[in-house]
Amino acid sequence: MKTDTAIYIKRTKKKRRRQFVKVLIATMIAAIFATLFLMPIILTITNSFMSASEISANYGQVFATTDTGGKTFIAERVNLKFIPDMVSFSQYITVLLKSPDYLFKFWNSVILVVPIVAFQIFVAAGASYGFTRCQGRIKEMIFFIYIILMLMPYQVTLVPNYLVSDWLHILDTRWAIWLPGIFSPFAVFLLTKYMRRIPTAMIEAAQIDGAGEWQIFKSICMPLCKSAITSIAILIFIDYWNMVEQPLILMSDVEMHPLSVFLSKINEGEVGLAFAVATIYMVPPLLIFLYGEDYLVEGITYQGGIKG
Amino acid sequence: MCSFKRKNLNKHKGGKRVKTTVSKQGKRGKVISWGFLSPSLLGVLLFFVLPFFVVIYYSMVDNPINNQFVFFENFVRVFNNMAFKQAAYNTFRFSLVAVPLAVLLSLLLAMMLDSKIPFRSQFRTFFLSPMMVPIASVVLIWQVLFHYNGIVNDALSILGTGKTDWLKSAHAQIVIVILFLWKNLGYNMILFMAALSSIPKDILDVAVLESASARQIFWHIKVRYISSTILFVTIMSLINSFKVFREIYLLTGNYPYDTIYMMQHFMNNAFTQLDYQKLSAAAIMMSIVMVIIIGILFLVENYFGKDMEE
Repeated sequence: MKTDTAIYIKRTKKKRRRQFVKVLIATMIAAIFATLFLMPIILTITNSFMSASEISANYGQVFATTDTGGKTFIAERVNLKFIPDMVSFSQYITVLLKSPDYLFKFWNSVILVVPIVAFQIFVAAGASYGFTRCQGRIKEMIFFIYIILMLMPYQVTLVPNYLVSDWLHILDTRWAIWLPGIFSPFAVFLLTKYMRRIPTAMIEAAQIDGAGEWQIFKSICMPLCKSAITSIAILIFIDYWNMVEQPLILMSDVEMHPLSVFLSKINEGEVGLAFAVATIYMVPPLLIFLYGEDYLVEGITYQGGIKG
Repeated sequence: MCSFKRKNLNKHKGGKRVKTTVSKQGKRGKVISWGFLSPSLLGVLLFFVLPFFVVIYYSMVDNPINNQFVFFENFVRVFNNMAFKQAAYNTFRFSLVAVPLAVLLSLLLAMMLDSKIPFRSQFRTFFLSPMMVPIASVVLIWQVLFHYNGIVNDALSILGTGKTDWLKSAHAQIVIVILFLWKNLGYNMILFMAALSSIPKDILDVAVLESASARQIFWHIKVRYISSTILFVTIMSLINSFKVFREIYLLTGNYPYDTIYMMQHFMNNAFTQLDYQKLSAAAIMMSIVMVIIIGILFLVENYFGKDMEE
């Protein structure tokens, strides 16, 4: 009897130790991944506090155009630095005060993205209510088409978009990006999935109490979908804040391009402020992330299982 | 009121007056619901569906002025185009490498966060953060890291390998795969975490009580429960892998090294040439491939949906 318990205790101890080692290894792997994941972001931020001369001395080579022959101050090696020699706000000062070009491009991004987020949700709110109420065969088929459109890559959807924009004479204006963005089926799909989970009993109860369709939409469905709308808004925002394909094809005027495209065109002369611009550009999505991580996770989870 | 059940109920009641008012109301509700739908429907028709028919038309005529029907000639022309072949091959090869890695690594991350490690919510935040950061913001540091004289080559030279010019050689695809994984793993991980947490706890408890090994629990319970998610993530990663042009364009511009010349580059060139025939034919071929992929997705969802209910 005594020996049995002793063996048992020994075994559980062994088990626990093994468990501990397992958790330790898992934590270490997770930590390594986390470092790798965060490094580019952190490096961009720390590098934004270097002075312009430090940047061009360290990285001049990377961003140099073909003729570097005459310049001797550029280091042979590319010195990646985690912490600047001297913390300096010169990059930010240049960006904010002396060269308004980048602020202008930042504003381009805002003016392109914000209306798309707002109106795509506005349109989608109505559409998803339409898809939820009075479901029938035809609506099911239309919804299926929406799903296919949502999954189509830009290689396919940009061609029809271009043709219509050309036809409506809105090519090279912001409308060419706004309108296809506003009518994108993405928000409709996610919001419909969410709205269909609202129990029909709730809606029928409202109907018996004499509520009209508009009232049901406004006072029952919309308030219940608040968190879903937040998650969808976040997902749309990060997608369009990162847009590259649409401006390249639908807008030939570089002056109107958003920062997401323009940033990569930074040349040798301006490398000294590139990191500050890059940091400024990731501030809005990161702030949204800090505020709405749970919404984001919820939004992604809703995408799981297309049909749901 | 337009639910099917309600209509049947009224039939049973037999009251003629009730029935007519309800169906009237139902009709009104139906019209209103289409009204709610109409703005989106019109927009989608105008910007996506109707022009797509024009695209089909363009793909089958010789040029927009002549409008001579040539049927599949454009497709043959595009298909024999060297640049198209290169782009299709590169896209295919990229997906073949990136998609399995994206699925496996994100499953690994999700499993780790599902186990009892400390700082789980912090790790989740860290893994998700690349998803939020615009590619344009990190491209600079990426160029610094993978430059010929950059830190990656320095680190590798310690291991004794020679220098490689990452972005301007056949290795460019590796850089793109890493960037793709960096950006997309978090998204996949969230999908897997949701699937893992939906596995009923009592089944896992029973398995532990029956002294099933960790490996058995993984293969016979977890994988079975998340198999539909695995396929969903695979297909979403495949679709996302077609969007990798963004990363490549921002890293290397309009004329990248041959091995990372993607479908969107081909389309961009066709756009600048305003070659509608080429564009249309390529878009239609691409959409056929996509419809096949989406079809598989739906078949799989149907199959697993039934499997779970039984």
